[in-house]
Amino acid sequence: MRVFLLNLLLAISWSALTGNATLTNFCFGFLIGYLALRVSPSLPGGSKYFYRLPRFAHLAFFFIQELILSSLRAAYEVFSPKLKSRPMVVRIPLKITDRNQIFILTNLISLTPGTMVLEITKDHSELLVHTMFVDDPEAFREEIHQGFEKRVREAFS
Amino acid sequence: MVVFDEVFIAALILVGSTFGFSAALGLLRMPDFYTRMSTSGKAATLCCGLLLAGVATLFHDTQVTARAVAAILFLLLTVPVGVHMIARAAYRVGTPMWRGTSARPRFKNPKRDLR
Repeated sequence: MRVFLLNLLLAISWSALTGNATLTNFCFGFLIGYLALRVSPSLPGGSKYFYRLPRFAHLAFFFIQELILSSLRAAYEVFSPKLKSRPMVVRIPLKITDRNQIFILTNLISLTPGTMVLEITKDHSELLVHTMFVDDPEAFREEIHQGFEKRVREAFS
Repeated sequence: MVVFDEVFIAALILVGSTFGFSAALGLLRMPDFYTRMSTSGKAATLCCGLLLAGVATLFHDTQVTARAVAAILFLLLTVPVGVHMIARAAYRVGTPMWRGTSARPRFKNPKRDLR
């Protein structure tokens, strides 16, 4: 976290020094700051941060891809003359236990169209997910475990 | 270059409004509460995101870009929480759920049918 703030500070000073406060320039400054911190020796908690940031970017890209794909599928369902979806409620056992990670995971699932989280059991061990385009509950469970849950765990632990 | 920019912005706004239209149509067409929520709530996020991105590229101005980015971030933070809370309330009071493709609309209690 401290290294992230340091990186943010470097990006802000890059924007200030180049006198150009656009988003592209800020991102460029952030990238340069990341590389500069990367080569500097012995930062407190540094190695964890350098390991995490690419994973985090990967999660963000994966999420945007999922969002667009499932939005297209939902829009296709809405525009097609006959409704083909088979809604069902699927029970998903969770492997992650940290409450913040569960929060991120449920938000990601709720944001993709066609799936939404109905309930989290009291002991935080299972999610009940309402889905529209799933034929096989087992395959859907596997998809969530291999996709979102694995990436959330990698990005935040 | 200018032509490319204009085409890009037009495409962003057009695709965004198509998703908005599909959300509105989903609200009318879908048979039960949960599917209406799924098709309208989330397509609206993508719609607003694309429209804001289009506006930000069109104006190409720091203030507008900063506000668009902030608006998209807050949408991504608040929409899923709202969707989850409303869906959970509906689930707890046992709002009937559509049974799937069939000629007649048939409904079931979501609590009795977990997979």
